[in-house]
Amino acid sequence: MIEAVGLTKRYGDKTAVYNLSFQVRPGAVTGFLGPNGSGKSTTMRMILGLDNPTAGQVTIGGYPYRKLPNAPRQVGALLDAKAVHGGRSARNHLLSLAQLSGIPARRVDEVLGVVGLHDVARRRSKGFSLGMGQRLGIAAALLGDPQVLLFDEPVNGLDPEGILWVRNLMKSLAAEGRTVFVSSHLMSEMALTADHLIVIGRGQLMADMSVTDFISANSADFARVRTPDSEPQQREKLSVAITEAGGHVLPEQDGALRVTGLPLPRISDIAHDSDVRLWELSPHQASLEEAYMRMTQGAVDYRSTTDQKAGLQQPLPPGAQPPVPVPGQGQPGWYAPPPPQQGGQPFTPQGTPSQAPAGPYGAPGVPGAAPGAQAPNPYAQPAPQAPAGPAPAAPPPSAPSADLTKPEDAR
Amino acid sequence: MSTPPPPMPQSAAPDWRAAPGAARPAPGPAGAGYTSPIPVVRTHLGHALASEWTKIKSVRSTMWTLGVFVALVVGIGALTGMVVASSDPDLGGESPLSLGFFGLLLGGMCVITLGVLTTASEYGTGMIRTTMVACPSRGRVLAAKALVFFGLAFVVTLVCATLIGFLHVALLEEYNAKDPSGEEWLKGTVGVSLYLALLGTLSLAIGSVIRHSAGAITIMIGAVLAPLVIALFMFSSSLEDVQQALFEYSIPNQMSIFYANSLSDSGPSGWDPLWIMLVATGAALGGAFALLEKRDV
Repeated sequence: MIEAVGLTKRYGDKTAVYNLSFQVRPGAVTGFLGPNGSGKSTTMRMILGLDNPTAGQVTIGGYPYRKLPNAPRQVGALLDAKAVHGGRSARNHLLSLAQLSGIPARRVDEVLGVVGLHDVARRRSKGFSLGMGQRLGIAAALLGDPQVLLFDEPVNGLDPEGILWVRNLMKSLAAEGRTVFVSSHLMSEMALTADHLIVIGRGQLMADMSVTDFISANSADFARVRTPDSEPQQREKLSVAITEAGGHVLPEQDGALRVTGLPLPRISDIAHDSDVRLWELSPHQASLEEAYMRMTQGAVDYRSTTDQKAGLQQPLPPGAQPPVPVPGQGQPGWYAPPPPQQGGQPFTPQGTPSQAPAGPYGAPGVPGAAPGAQAPNPYAQPAPQAPAGPAPAAPPPSAPSADLTKPEDAR
Repeated sequence: MSTPPPPMPQSAAPDWRAAPGAARPAPGPAGAGYTSPIPVVRTHLGHALASEWTKIKSVRSTMWTLGVFVALVVGIGALTGMVVASSDPDLGGESPLSLGFFGLLLGGMCVITLGVLTTASEYGTGMIRTTMVACPSRGRVLAAKALVFFGLAFVVTLVCATLIGFLHVALLEEYNAKDPSGEEWLKGTVGVSLYLALLGTLSLAIGSVIRHSAGAITIMIGAVLAPLVIALFMFSSSLEDVQQALFEYSIPNQMSIFYANSLSDSGPSGWDPLWIMLVATGAALGGAFALLEKRDV
């Protein structure tokens, strides 16, 4: 059990972590998510007693880390894989750590076997690949057979086989009743591994809930509807009909429509009634990645912009169209399906003044939206004019790429 | 960009937090859930000493620096011994042990380097985080490092100094050299070895404070050489006392006192250099301990 209460860390005038309170339970894999620079590693370092908190405290099993009797027998940690002396062999590295906490030397050979490094145990770790270094770090974490395990980006640099191994390792460790706390950027990996999520952004807690709750709270499921590509008027017709029926339509880049607020059979009925043929009608379950992107988009410190190569590009030959940008490049709102309900959303960046009126998804602009599938959804507002406006999620195919950066610049 | 989103209200806690009494395990080493079959022992300085011994002997830089040290001390010692012997000198009753001084003075650089590397290299490689997670009692780690390094440096220096001492006595016996007394033997072997090992431990403490190998080595080499160099340029008569003090308390002069061939007649004498170095090392170690406890790793 890891318990943080009001954890705060300042470096000079920069606040890395502010008033963070959470608990990590035993018997489950708890994922620790956040954008780069959001304070994940700082939090991990404070849990392990490497950094002293400016305020608040964090305890493991009721003790601050540095007061734990024989700490490495109770807490194992992989902080960064390259935190080893490269000139020392893997076995000697682990042996020195084992001796430090009175662990019998044969345990070193055991964990070397567990992580699959026994063949290179006597080679200097300087020559290790990223994946091998990661395995060595995991071996060090497992050395004390602890009941609390912290892993910072454990699958960094691992091959698919190694990723699968780590995933199963985390689950089996948790199944044994241990506390497993894992930070990662790989959302697909987290969706498969973690039972519970703690999400921070800019050093503050954004969510502390189970993975399924997190996805449903931060994304909307939608239906993808495709009308025959050859008859655009059918698409317009269906859009109008669905909007009249209380659904919300967003055009997608490839010509399909995103429909929310209506069940699939109802969409089919509407299409049938308005005499529109459908090429596709598919349910879309939002992924953890989308839910995460939506939640953290306001808290990202390092965001990429479109590479404009201003003044460097050759003028396009007449008639040629600029290439359509890849989704997500310099488009902050791309991963932002609207929240299903506004009231229960403490995470939407509502305090963002410049964003409030401009958001094409209307998330901050529709405060009156009530929970429930039939309630007016923020999708409803921008849908009709979405193709004309600078909607980042649905740029008209011919839109010049400069237009796409407008929402970015507006901030 | 945008302002940070409001923090999640703490009242909106997950269910399992609702019953803190039930969900929280009794505080204690066992915590909850899993208990390891490997017996948990109470750790002490002995464990840290074993760990540091494994560390110091398992890196090549130790072998290199100590190898160069032995080569310098024994090589230069043997060379000076043979050169002096071949020139058929009259030593006029001087102690032949003093010829070992040059080798040890140069070898001191290696001891300084190894001392700095023992602590600072952990910061350079990031190993210190692993170490401090494995042993949150930071003072114990530094104490173990200092003890292991001091022991190693002392033993190696003692062996080299004794070997060279015997060699010089044997080579120069017939040239009217003095037969060294017991105290002279003690000072020329144990005394100078303690002094060098302390100098290395001082470097170790500086390495822990500076946390940067090259920086700490530069500082220590500077501390050895700078007083002599600075003193050389103090022409003004008003600075004569300062110049004199810099000469007398410079580390090379302090080392030469163990062989009773000081650059001057005033200033430290006898075992004084050892006490001076002991106080300096103790102060540096104390500062290193205090900083280590206070600073983030």
